[in-house]
Amino acid sequence: MKTYHFEIVIVGAGPAGLAAACAAAESGKRVAVLDDTPWLGGQIWRGEQARPSISQARKWIERFRTTGVTLLDRTSVVAVPRRGLLTAEHPEGPRAIRWQQLILATGARELFLPFPGWTLPGVMGPGGMQSLVKNGWPVAGQRVVVAGSGPLLLAVADGLSKHGARIVSINEQAPFAQVAGFGLTLLAHPSKLWQGIQIKWRLLGIPYRLGVWPVAAEGDTQVRRVTLTNGEKNWTENCDALACGFGLVPNVELALALGCRLQNGFVQVDKWQATTVDDVFCCGEPTGIGGADCALIEGLVAGYAATGQRSRAADLFYKRAHWHHFRERLAKAFALRTEVRQLASDDTILCRCEDVTLARVRRFSGWRDAKLQSRCGMGPCQGRICGAAAKVVLGWEMESVRPPILPARVEALLVLNGNSNGPAASPLSKT
Amino acid sequence: MDESIELRVNGTPVKVPPGTVVAAAVARAGVVKFRTSVLAAPRGPLCGMGICMECRVIINGDAHSRSCQTLCAPGMDVWTT
Ligand SMILES: Cc1cc2nc3c(=O)[nH]c(=O)nc-3n(C[C@H](O)[C@H](O)[C@H](O)COP(=O)(O)OP(=O)(O)OC[C@H]3O[C@@H](n4cnc5c(N)ncnc54)[C@H](O)[C@@H]3O)c2cc1C
Ligand code: FES
Repeated sequence: MKTYHFEIVIVGAGPAGLAAACAAAESGKRVAVLDDTPWLGGQIWRGEQARPSISQARKWIERFRTTGVTLLDRTSVVAVPRRGLLTAEHPEGPRAIRWQQLILATGARELFLPFPGWTLPGVMGPGGMQSLVKNGWPVAGQRVVVAGSGPLLLAVADGLSKHGARIVSINEQAPFAQVAGFGLTLLAHPSKLWQGIQIKWRLLGIPYRLGVWPVAAEGDTQVRRVTLTNGEKNWTENCDALACGFGLVPNVELALALGCRLQNGFVQVDKWQATTVDDVFCCGEPTGIGGADCALIEGLVAGYAATGQRSRAADLFYKRAHWHHFRERLAKAFALRTEVRQLASDDTILCRCEDVTLARVRRFSGWRDAKLQSRCGMGPCQGRICGAAAKVVLGWEMESVRPPILPARVEALLVLNGNSNGPAASPLSKT
Repeated sequence: MDESIELRVNGTPVKVPPGTVVAAAVARAGVVKFRTSVLAAPRGPLCGMGICMECRVIINGDAHSRSCQTLCAPGMDVWTT
């Protein structure tokens, strides 16, 4: 197995990870950034290295390239066998990566909540659809209904329409009164406000509805119609795709596997972005959903603090506080209403990997029980999708994580298990 | 557009520009069902970021490849299931 040694290892090459790498590199230490994907920039700047169109993305990617930091792409961290060591998977075989200081910048994923028809092809996360479109997914001429929650809905509608999609409507579950307060917050964040106005201008003519959510998707082989509601009446809109997501949830699995403490579902950090585990830092979305600007600042603080450049880190505290305030307002403005937690009927599938319905899962007392007895959460996604949904729909917490942290191949699992007991039970085993 | 990469999806040749992911090539080939679920329902990509595994296909004989995280390469042989 190929083994690497670095003083500083950063997991995640999104805004947080790139900023952390740039800051850490100023110390002259040996730094590496690992990412699951073949590209730099994480979720928001994906695809931008080939055709940079966002100046902020270009600036950071160029700055990163001048640092001399090692980039290990297509490298998915699957386990933490012991302190100072990560096991990762790469298309060419498993990797062992040794670290002295570790910075977690693993980002977030979209929250998907089950409703009748949510498993049909063509029903995708708004961010997910946007990501695929950045890498060639054809949307020109397609009718897309956008639904769910969060500012991402607007950004995605804008992005998709630039690629020729016909946005039918944008439907935000949060009521007007809740989001209006957020509009006021924007006044204190001029760059965001400007972005918002720009987007609105382009979206003119497309309904952006507040207090509206999807109740069902229908179609035979793919989604064809979406039924929406405002709580009083239901109506149906025809479409070729439904982009639906209910906000973001942090990727905390790696932090959990390392033993880091969580607070309200996010990785707990101090002012230096240090977690509760020695020499392990965390920045960006795992510490709170605050957007790319917040992730960049936290990344810089983490990169400086992890390499002993504390005064440089401290210089950024004021700016960071500003974005943390923004982050809090964001969470309040787009808090989920009760109705969207109850969209699934008894025969709606909760676990998409194993096709386990909500009715079958509901019988159990908690996540652990349900997993053991119904196979819910035991499929290849390792409960990443249904576990997050079960938390919102049933109030269940996932107590711990078992490796692999990301879906792994059999070889990496063999390494994990010391080659002796055969691969850990993985539905992805090719044997 | 520079559609210089040629690959096959379920045996049919598809041309795509560099930087295209396999999932996008499958969609360009007009295929909506990426895999068949345990209860025989059609499924396609959900998360677009390598987490849900709904987009998995067979790439060059390698089953369970995440088509949303894999870039197209010349001569690739892709099969949905
Ligand atoms: C699907 C999606 C699309 C989005 N699109 C937009 C958008 O268009 N516009 C916008 O303003 N915001 C978008 N967002 C929000 C955006 O994610 C954040 O604002 C910002 O990117 C956060 O930066 P980050 O560095 O914290 O995380 P991310 O950008 O998510 O970066 C985290 C990185 O860590 C990697 N990673 C995670 N776990 C592992 C592991 N175990 N091993 C190796 N690598 C790992 C991931 O591959 C990823 O590249 C999107 C979010 C999602 C989930
Ligand atoms: S679409 Fe979710 S893993 Fe590819």
